[in-house]
Amino acid sequence: MMDLITQLAWGPGGWGDELAAGTLLTVSLALATLPFGLAIGLLIAVAKTSGEKSLQTAANIYTTIFRGLPELLTLLIVYYGGQIILQRIVALFTDAYVEVNGFVAGMVALGLVFSAFSSEVFASAFKGIPVGQPEAAQALGMTRWQAFRLVTLPQLIRLSIGGLSNLWLILLKETSLVSVIALNDLLRNTNVAVGSTKQPLFFYSVALLIYLVLSLVSAKGLGAVEAHVKRGEQRTA
Amino acid sequence: MSDTTVQIVEARNPPPEAIRKWTLPRIVGTALCGVWIVLGVGLAWSLYSAFDPDVFFKYIPKMAEGLIITIKLVVSSIVLGGLLAIPMAFARMSKSEFVRACAFGYVYFFRGTPILGQMFLMYYGAGQFVDQLQSLGLWWFFKDAYNCVLLTFVLNTTAYQAEIYKTAIESIPRGQREAAESMGLKKGVTFWKVIFPQAMITALRPLGNEIILMVKASAVASLVTVFDLMGATKLAFSRTFDFNVYIWAAIIYFTMVEGLRRTWDWLEKRLTRHLVR
Repeated sequence: MMDLITQLAWGPGGWGDELAAGTLLTVSLALATLPFGLAIGLLIAVAKTSGEKSLQTAANIYTTIFRGLPELLTLLIVYYGGQIILQRIVALFTDAYVEVNGFVAGMVALGLVFSAFSSEVFASAFKGIPVGQPEAAQALGMTRWQAFRLVTLPQLIRLSIGGLSNLWLILLKETSLVSVIALNDLLRNTNVAVGSTKQPLFFYSVALLIYLVLSLVSAKGLGAVEAHVKRGEQRTA
Repeated sequence: MSDTTVQIVEARNPPPEAIRKWTLPRIVGTALCGVWIVLGVGLAWSLYSAFDPDVFFKYIPKMAEGLIITIKLVVSSIVLGGLLAIPMAFARMSKSEFVRACAFGYVYFFRGTPILGQMFLMYYGAGQFVDQLQSLGLWWFFKDAYNCVLLTFVLNTTAYQAEIYKTAIESIPRGQREAAESMGLKKGVTFWKVIFPQAMITALRPLGNEIILMVKASAVASLVTVFDLMGATKLAFSRTFDFNVYIWAAIIYFTMVEGLRRTWDWLEKRLTRHLVR
């Protein structure tokens, strides 16, 4: 057992630093995906709840497609398909060889899936806000943007934070898929460690434990955020 | 009412149809729909123009076999996981703190870690203990990657389904149980005839989502040499470098998920039609 622990040492002798670097990449990939996923999801939710039929149709097609494909397949299509498309575009100008960055491919694929799901969360949150509120805000002389920013958005955050927390936890776990496109995330670095030490049980357990800690910490953090944005909901007896 | 005079009202024309103006949302929406149409046509055209009958007739049968493995994998893990999930749900609600903690730990572990990692742990971890497993007479089971994947999926979906059943059972008001008790029904009868049918209706929607998640998650099985639909697709791509195989796979997965979602919607509507007011 002791010699297994020493395997986790820092530096060239152990795998501790590799696992830490992998964890860092996993977390940064998830964090980098988040703003895009949220922004696109919000835009799509606005389209879905707008009265315009054509806008709704376009938004629904997006959600249906990216909700209906396995994440692994989306990732491979973005990675290999992106490679082919990029190569063709570059070939128009030079004959240089370009390679799709794995991190960007992972970000795009996970962002597509995340935004499809988050748009559903936002859309149902929009439905929870009575139309009378932005209308009343405009009647008071606010511009549409002011009404959105000051009246709709704060309530939207409160109504969607629970669903978004779940999506974040799912995203954190789904980043493990990028290990198949040779991106050195936590799971791939673990694979490398297993390949060289022949200790799969130990290293995969360690990796899963790290994922578990990441989930636990983010669940705690998101719980605190949720309590903060919902502080106005508490009723005094 | 005998001297009612008949009034003749001149027929009026219906009001003219409101003219739909080209507002900004309408322009954007129409443009985006146009983008989707162009993408769809482009995809169809590229599938058609790059169609290679050799690749198609060689690998479509392989992908069909893969599809059957995917379906087998999903159906058996959902069913076996469902059977294990009910006792697990009860363990989550047990009076004993120890049982509750164990069940919570199980559910938290499987829901808090990626299924891909769980699968690697099971598959490669089992490979580390060949001798021990052989002496226990279990090696024949773990030798096959399919079995390792199936076991991982069953354990994983058990955790998710246990949580679904727990929430559903807890959503039934306590008064129902008390009423059944006051009528002299036994505990088992109360559960199976009163609580369970109502809980299942609440569980229907999350259960449908879980099945869809499982179909999508099953694609990771291809990463430990199982030739499911994804595995067959990757094999075809690595041999032919024909990108279209991924598009075929996408269409098959999409049809499966969308079909399942619509069937489930229909099923839910049908099973809850007595609840619609």
